[in-house]
Amino acid sequence: MMNWFTEPAHWTGSDSIPVLVLQHLAYSSIALLLACLIGLPVGLYVGHTGRGVVLIAGVANALRSLPSLGLIVLLVILFGPVFASDMAFIVPSLIVLVLLAVPPIMTGSYAGIAAVDPAVVDAARGMGKRPLQILFDVELPCALPLIFSGLRSATLQIISTATIAAYVSLGGLGRLIIDGQAQNDYYQMAAGAILVGVLALTVDLMIGVISRITVSPGLTRRPPRSHG
Amino acid sequence: MRFDWLYHESGRIAELFVWHLGLSVIPVLIGLALALPLGWIAQRAGFFRSTLLGAAGLLYTIPSLALFVLLPLVLGTRILDPLNVVVALTVYALALLVRTVSDGLDSVSPDVLQAASAMGYRRPARLLQVELPLAVPVIAAGLRVAVVSNVSIVSVAALVGTPQLGLLFTQGLQLQFLTPIVAGIVLCVALAAFLDGLVLFIAHCLTPWQPGRVGK
Repeated sequence: MMNWFTEPAHWTGSDSIPVLVLQHLAYSSIALLLACLIGLPVGLYVGHTGRGVVLIAGVANALRSLPSLGLIVLLVILFGPVFASDMAFIVPSLIVLVLLAVPPIMTGSYAGIAAVDPAVVDAARGMGKRPLQILFDVELPCALPLIFSGLRSATLQIISTATIAAYVSLGGLGRLIIDGQAQNDYYQMAAGAILVGVLALTVDLMIGVISRITVSPGLTRRPPRSHG
Repeated sequence: MRFDWLYHESGRIAELFVWHLGLSVIPVLIGLALALPLGWIAQRAGFFRSTLLGAAGLLYTIPSLALFVLLPLVLGTRILDPLNVVVALTVYALALLVRTVSDGLDSVSPDVLQAASAMGYRRPARLLQVELPLAVPVIAAGLRVAVVSNVSIVSVAALVGTPQLGLLFTQGLQLQFLTPIVAGIVLCVALAAFLDGLVLFIAHCLTPWQPGRVGK
């Protein structure tokens, strides 16, 4: 196993480990960004106004039962003739990644806003804040822990599914697993699996660090950093 | 849709469906059996709780395909062995359910526990006859998530060759043929909906004092 990692040929060239990691991160970041652009505004709106709760809960539940592999394969066959070259598998893969990542982001931001203590919102209103100011100055900071937990599951979902999308020729670390299987090279498969696992854990840790830095100490019962 | 193809292949599809059902349900049952004692310990012991829940969260982070590929290395099984899939999904179910069980036990009000103790319930009897039944709605909510996401994750195992409905997806791509893919998706969604309903129904039967809905 170690031999596979120390083999210099696996570290240089167009399908070397660094290139595959970067590809995996690139597809994942694009998908996460798009999912945030859709999920956050919807979640914040529903949380703030209380309208559409049943709808987003239903959509989130329905999407959870969709098999991601089936969806990717379906879209690849449907879109295959429409797009030229690489886009024929990149677009379907991205659509599925976004589709799977939107529900956790949406429900996380909704639940975060809905869970804010009504007394706090009343106090902000009493101080003369307007609805949008209440949302961005008060509700959003208070909701950050749950928003981050939604972002966390969305990101893990994306990294995991991007691995699967290698089956329809998407780049990234899944390539090692899929190609390794085609070539009957278990060590390459295992190396890909280890790298994906490490990547997921690292990204998860980074989100944890970011949420520690951005969430107000008043919400986490930790002493403020100036005193610590 | 080519219904004649579906009819012709119905025997094999039924067989894959049964595999899918087993691979989705068995890991959740084993996961629940392990999560009940672990969740109970986690709920009672503060330090152990954060360690255990942290470890569970970490396990949940590993992508499913990676876990399917790595388990033969750990277990010494062959990569095609369905046991890998069962173990991987048990790990996920356990990681999810330990937290659910301890949250469920947490949700029982201290007043109820005091009342039960005052009525003469001793520790084990109180746990089995009072705490666990009252925790059923929360545990059922976690089970629903576990079972529904399992149905979806099982299909990924097609990429390492384990028999289940996911094979219809890989076959569809190889043949550039939509019928098996659509059939696979429909059967997966139907199976998830059925198992979800089953958990709801069982939870409803276990909590006769709750008049309305359970788990939401």
